[in-house]
This record gives sequence, C-alpha cells and structure tokens, in this order.
Amino acid sequence: MTDVATTPSESSRELVSFRAGDQEFCVDIMAVREIRGWTPSTTLPQTPSYVCGVINLRGAVLPIVDFNCRLGREPAVPSDRHVIIVTHIGARLVGLLVDAVSDILTVTGDVIQPTPDVACDTVRNFVRGILAVDGRMISLVALDRILPDLEAEAA
Amino acid sequence: MDALEQIKGTFFQECQELLADLEAGLMALETGEGDDETINAVFRAVHSVKGGAGAFGMDDLVAFAHVFETTLDEMRGGRLAIDEPALKIMLRAADMLSDHVGAAQHGTDVDLARSAALAGELAAMTQETPAVGAAAPPEPEADEMGFTPLKVGLDSPAGGWRVRIRPAAGMYAKANDIAPLLREMERLGPCTAVLDDDGLPDLEALDAEGAYLAWTIDLTADCPRDTVAEVFEFVDGDCSLSIEPLAVEPPGLDIEALLAQARQPAPPAPEGEVQAVIDQVVPAIPVAQPDAPTDAAGPARASAAAANASPATIRVDLERVDRLIDLVGELVINQAMLAQRVGESGFARSSNVAVGLDELEQLTREIQDSVMAIRAQPVKSVFQRMPRLVREIAASTGKEVRLVTEGEGTEVDKTVIERLSDPITHMIRNAIDHGLESPAERRAAGKPAEGTVRLAALHRSGRIVIEVGDDGAGINRPRVRQIAIDKGLIDPEALLSDEEVDNLLFLPGFSTASAISNISGRGVGMDVVKRSIQALGGRITITSNPGKGSTFTMSLPLTLAVLDGMVVSVGDQTLVTPLTSIIETLQPKPADVRTLGPSSRVIAVRDAFVPLIDIGAVLGWRPETDTPCAGVCLLVENEGGGRAALLVDGIQGQRQVVIKSLEANFQQVAGIAAATILGDGRVALILDVDAVIALRGGRATAIPSLALAS
Repeated sequence: MTDVATTPSESSRELVSFRAGDQEFCVDIMAVREIRGWTPSTTLPQTPSYVCGVINLRGAVLPIVDFNCRLGREPAVPSDRHVIIVTHIGARLVGLLVDAVSDILTVTGDVIQPTPDVACDTVRNFVRGILAVDGRMISLVALDRILPDLEAEAA
Repeated sequence: MDALEQIKGTFFQECQELLADLEAGLMALETGEGDDETINAVFRAVHSVKGGAGAFGMDDLVAFAHVFETTLDEMRGGRLAIDEPALKIMLRAADMLSDHVGAAQHGTDVDLARSAALAGELAAMTQETPAVGAAAPPEPEADEMGFTPLKVGLDSPAGGWRVRIRPAAGMYAKANDIAPLLREMERLGPCTAVLDDDGLPDLEALDAEGAYLAWTIDLTADCPRDTVAEVFEFVDGDCSLSIEPLAVEPPGLDIEALLAQARQPAPPAPEGEVQAVIDQVVPAIPVAQPDAPTDAAGPARASAAAANASPATIRVDLERVDRLIDLVGELVINQAMLAQRVGESGFARSSNVAVGLDELEQLTREIQDSVMAIRAQPVKSVFQRMPRLVREIAASTGKEVRLVTEGEGTEVDKTVIERLSDPITHMIRNAIDHGLESPAERRAAGKPAEGTVRLAALHRSGRIVIEVGDDGAGINRPRVRQIAIDKGLIDPEALLSDEEVDNLLFLPGFSTASAISNISGRGVGMDVVKRSIQALGGRITITSNPGKGSTFTMSLPLTLAVLDGMVVSVGDQTLVTPLTSIIETLQPKPADVRTLGPSSRVIAVRDAFVPLIDIGAVLGWRPETDTPCAGVCLLVENEGGGRAALLVDGIQGQRQVVIKSLEANFQQVAGIAAATILGDGRVALILDVDAVIALRGGRATAIPSLALAS
C-alpha cells in the first residue's frame, strides 16, 4: 500500500486515536461525528460476526462494527467500559466498537509512514499508514474498508 | 439566468395547475355542472398560460393557445353553443395545450401537424373564414400591461352615470382595490369600464408602490347619484373621483374580463437580480410573476371562490419536511423513553412529574399527527391525470367512456400518491380495454352505449381505499379458467370458486386480451400491479358481476412512514411483524405439530398443513426450539397467497411503529424489511414476511384452496 507515499500532505491534520485489543489505531477527526458509551444492540441476522447489530442513535439506525473482530481477532464481549466511535463512512454513519479512546493527535502528513509490507491481507486492507508517537505505534485506519463489501457479500 | 429559470419553473408549475383547472372546468361543462363562471375560469386558464408562454417566447404554444382562447371567448360570449361536440374538441385542445406546455418545459418537439389540425378545428367552430393555423400570430398585446383597449360606442344616449376614478397610491396602501369597486358598480346595472393607462411610466421609472392607472366607468342604470357615490365611499379622499350624468350608452361589454385585468394595480415590485430578468420578460410580467395567475383569476371567480376558497399555501422543500418528520420521530421515542424511566422511578401517577409527562405525551402525539399531515396530499393530483388517459384509450379502442371520480379530496402521504399513479393508470386502462364492451355490444345488452368507469378514493379504518370500477361485461370466468389451463397455471380438474378464478388475473404472465392491442400487451400485467400495491403494504381485491361489471379495490396505508405491527418477542430480542400479513395467531397444540421428512415441521390449521417456521432460528438468534408449543404462532400469508406459521416466543401487543431504513447506514438484510425504535430506545427489526418464508425453503406450502395462487 503506497497510498500515503503518493499523497503526502504537508498540512497538519487531527486524528482520534483509540485502543482495540492490545493495539492502537487512529482515524481522521473529520470522520468522527461523536463518541458514546456502549448500549445493547439489536442483533441482525445473516450478517458477518463483526457486525454486532444496530443501535438507536437519536432516531437513526446505526450499525455497530466490532473493530477488533473486523481485524480478524476475537470478538469483544461488550460492556459499559466499551466505547462506540460514530464515524462517517461515505454517506453512512457507522459505529466502531473499541476498547477506549486515548488521544487526539495533531500531526503533519509526513509523520505518517507507509504501512510496513507484512504478509497479512487484513493489515493491507485496513491499515493505511503507521504513526510513531512517543514510542507507540498507531495504525491509521482505512475507514472505507470497514463495512462489509456489498458485492462480496452478495456473491 | 438562474433567476429566469426559476421564474420559468414557477410558470410551468402554474401551468400544471391551470391545465388541471382547464380540464376540470371543461369536464364540468360536459357533465352540465358548469355555469357561466366555469367557462370564464376555463378562458382565464388558457389566457394565463398563453400570457406566460408569450413572455418566454414559446411561439408554438402561444399560437395554439391563442386560437383556443379565441374559440373559448366566443363560447363565453354566448356566440358559440357549449354543446357536447364542441366540448369534445375543447378537451382535445386542452390535451394539446398540455402537450405544448410539456414540450416547452422539456425542450421536446410537439406534433405541429396535429396542433395545426386541431387549431383549424377550433377556428372552424368560430366560423372565422380566414383559417387560423398553428402559425397564426397572436394578437399583439395592446400595451405593456396586457390590457386591451376597449372601443366604446357613443351613439345611443340613455340615462346613467359616468364615473372617473384615478386611485392614489394611498388607496392601495389602505388595502382597497379597484376590482371590488368595479364589481359593486356592476351590481347597480350594466357597466362598461375603460382603463386609462396613459399615466403609466416606463418600467425604469415605475414605482412599485405607485398608482398610475385610471378608469372610466359608464353605468347605464337609473339610480340616484348617491347610490353610485356610496360605492366609492371608502376610497373617497384616496383617489380623484368624478361622477357625472352619462349622456351616451356604450355597447354591452364584458365586465368580467375587465375585472380580471383590473386586478393588477401596478406591476409587482422587481428587485435585485430579478430586475435583469424581468427586463427580458417585460411584456407579460403580471403573468410571469409567481402569484399573478391565481391572483388574476381570483376576484372574478369570487362567487365560486367564496364557496371553495383554497387556503393559502407555501411550497416547501421536501427534504425539510422529511427532516422534521425524522425529528418528531425522535421526539416520540424520547418521550416514550422518558415515560418508561419515570415509571421505573416509582413516581405516583398523580405526581406532578407523571401528570406533566402525560401532557407531554398528548402534545407529542399531536405534533406527530400534524407533521405527518404536512406530507399528506389529496389524491386529486393523480386523479386529474386520468380523464386524459380515458379519452386517449377510448379513442384508440373505439369505445365510449365516461369517467366518474369520487373522493378526489381524500388525503394520503405524498410517497403513496406518487406510487399510486402507475397501478391506477393500469387498472383504468384495463377497465376500458378489457372491462367495457363496444358500444354496439352494450346496446345489444340493453345498456347505454357509453360505458362508465368509476375511480373513487375513501378513507376506511386508517387506510385509503381506491376503487376502479366499470359497468362492463364483468370477468369472463370460463375464458379466464380456460386460459389458465392452457398456460398450465391450474390443473384442468381443479375446482375453483368464482373468487379464485378472478384472482387468476393476478398471476404473472396472465392476459385475457385475445389480441395484443397497443394498450395492453406492454409487458405490464395485473401481477405487476399487485406487486406494486403490496410493496406499499397494500392489498388488492376484485369483485365482478357478470354483465354488470367489475371493481378492483386497493387498500393502502396512509403513509409509508408508520406501520401497524404486532410486537413479538423472540429470544431476548423484540421483533415487529406487519399486521397486514398476519391472518391470525394461534397457540400450537402438541397434536397439531407434525414432522415432515427428516426435520421439517408443519402445523395443522383447520385440516390444512402449513409449514412451521421458527423465527428465532431463521434469524439466528437461538437454535431451533424443541418445544414449539411453548410459543405462539402467527399465521401469515405471503404475496402469492401461500401461508406459513411463524413461531415466536410471545406476543407483546399491537402498535404503530415509525419505519426506519436499515439501508441508510448499513445494507439490506435478508428477512428484514426495515427497523423501528421502541419505547425503551432499542432498535427492533421489522420482519419481511415474504422473505422469511422464501429463506426457509423456497416456497411456502400452498394450502389446497389457494393452490392456484402459489
């Protein structure tokens, strides 16, 4: 993935970082509409295991994606400690179920390093770049890959 | 250019209304319900369309409208009989005018040959020897205001009064208008009013608040001067007024037209960027201005308008209304959540909090109803398109048809109205093409040659019912049966009730037309109609009486935003099943539940075995239950008429739910139609009954009496 290398940005941007499992991730703050606590969701039939279900976001039906599970890891057992990051993905609103929100980072585009070339499709799919902040490694999430691929699901 | 487009858009919108008025007026005349006022209204409609079109340089349209208008003027003046043949031509002319407007709006071509031919017919009616073709130039507008000077004969002296009135700006500022004065004068006796527009400055110099026009009104009536003066009592001082004895009697002139024209005291105020545009469209500015045509028609139609005055309306972007509906939906849910919390907190029912909450609940419900009502519109907008359709089909089938509409004012949600148009069109087409006999056959059967198609709308128990009926031959059941057998749709030995035979019409691929006419055979059958009705949460039924005709009845929800549902529990989840698909609920008894094959279960419902579908298992919420008798069955029917019993854990009750889309933020989910939000703030899924039945084994077992429809 060389997306980042080909589109370097000199202007600074703000990222919301969060924890899922034992790793840290971040998304662009402009994609985040709000952050809220976990509420029990309504399970949807015929959906992948990482789709926890839907909740009521002030009248809108909001699908919740278990972020950790989306990366192919163990699904979370949601509790009051969990957090939902409500993000804009295209025209949709999608909630990401994560362990905790940690930080808001202000970075310039050149701080984001290309994703190391690891032999893992999941990483290649969901990580758009890597940030090194205070010795921590934070992965920049490719939000548009989070929802199930409609074509693939239909096939 | 944007502003011009906007004005143009408004013009076309008005054209739709005017054309509808025109058609309605002509129809009223045809059925003998019209009066003098109707023909005037018809004339004004054409006149307004012509005026606006002239402003935009739509020459073909103006040319045609002009000929049309001329003929109508003759009718209005009583020089031309308002009889049926004349009205038939008028109705076709109205269709043609509508074609012209459509062509101008969408930049398409109009059949000029047909237009010219029709214009010729119209011209022939007025017996004007110089044939007026489509290319006939419109009469030049007499002046910038669109007023036509009137010639006044000065040769026959008689008693009466000549009133000269020149209103000052102050008169208009006090909300006085010349039109009521003219009307009042007219009541005193035969009147002639002549407009003096000499004082009208150029547009640049024109003050929108100014008054520039003067009138000379000749009244030929023997009444005291005081009576005349009384008319102007209220405006005295705000105008220069003179009342002199009349020495001459002018010929009778049409005061109505003057009234309509006199309505415009001065051109409306142009401002900002619109100014530039207005400069371009100066000639007919009163008509091009958004509210002018309705306004112009207003005063003269006073008698009719007083009876059914249409309330003031505003045009609002639909998105804003939808947003409002969404917000109110949230309010309702929040209110319900609050109520639940307060209930849990153990406040007494008489406590201030509980009482206040009750009031809030009432208020919320009222707000919801009012907001829903914003989207509601009378079905008129669909109904008024039908007369033209009827004429076209009647002409192409050679049948004589009269369309009767009832309940045009019945209101229903805008989305429902939009989706009603196609099914109604199709059913009317069917009623004429298949339902009605030819005039000769009808006469032979002792019926009037003219067939009647009835289109009616009414509210019944929270739903809207649309009926399309004809007084034709009724459904030819032996033939329908034979076709179904030929097509292999039913077994030749099958015993079918009349009702079941009628329902064969809804089977895909079924057509009773022996020859494919240009009307039927377009690949749209009654099955499509049925499906589109069902997609709206509605049902369609047929009643037919041999020799007397058939009626198709559609029953639809008033809105697509809410749904009557049965709230059920499945596992730890709550689910909503649309009430329309539920036939009955039953408690399964161990003896009724049988196993078929390795694991399929069926349940006996009055001697018929229906597949038993465990909803919890289908939706993956829990494994298939071993104890079906602990639950409750919802006996449902899918769109094909196939039945199934849906097993759920318990029924919580019936209620109206606000429908929320799953696709907006996610995607379609098999077996789920939509979602809703319950009082506890949680999302509940709305079951898609047809999909669940399909998911569960392809096809529901058809019970014998419904075998034909599966």
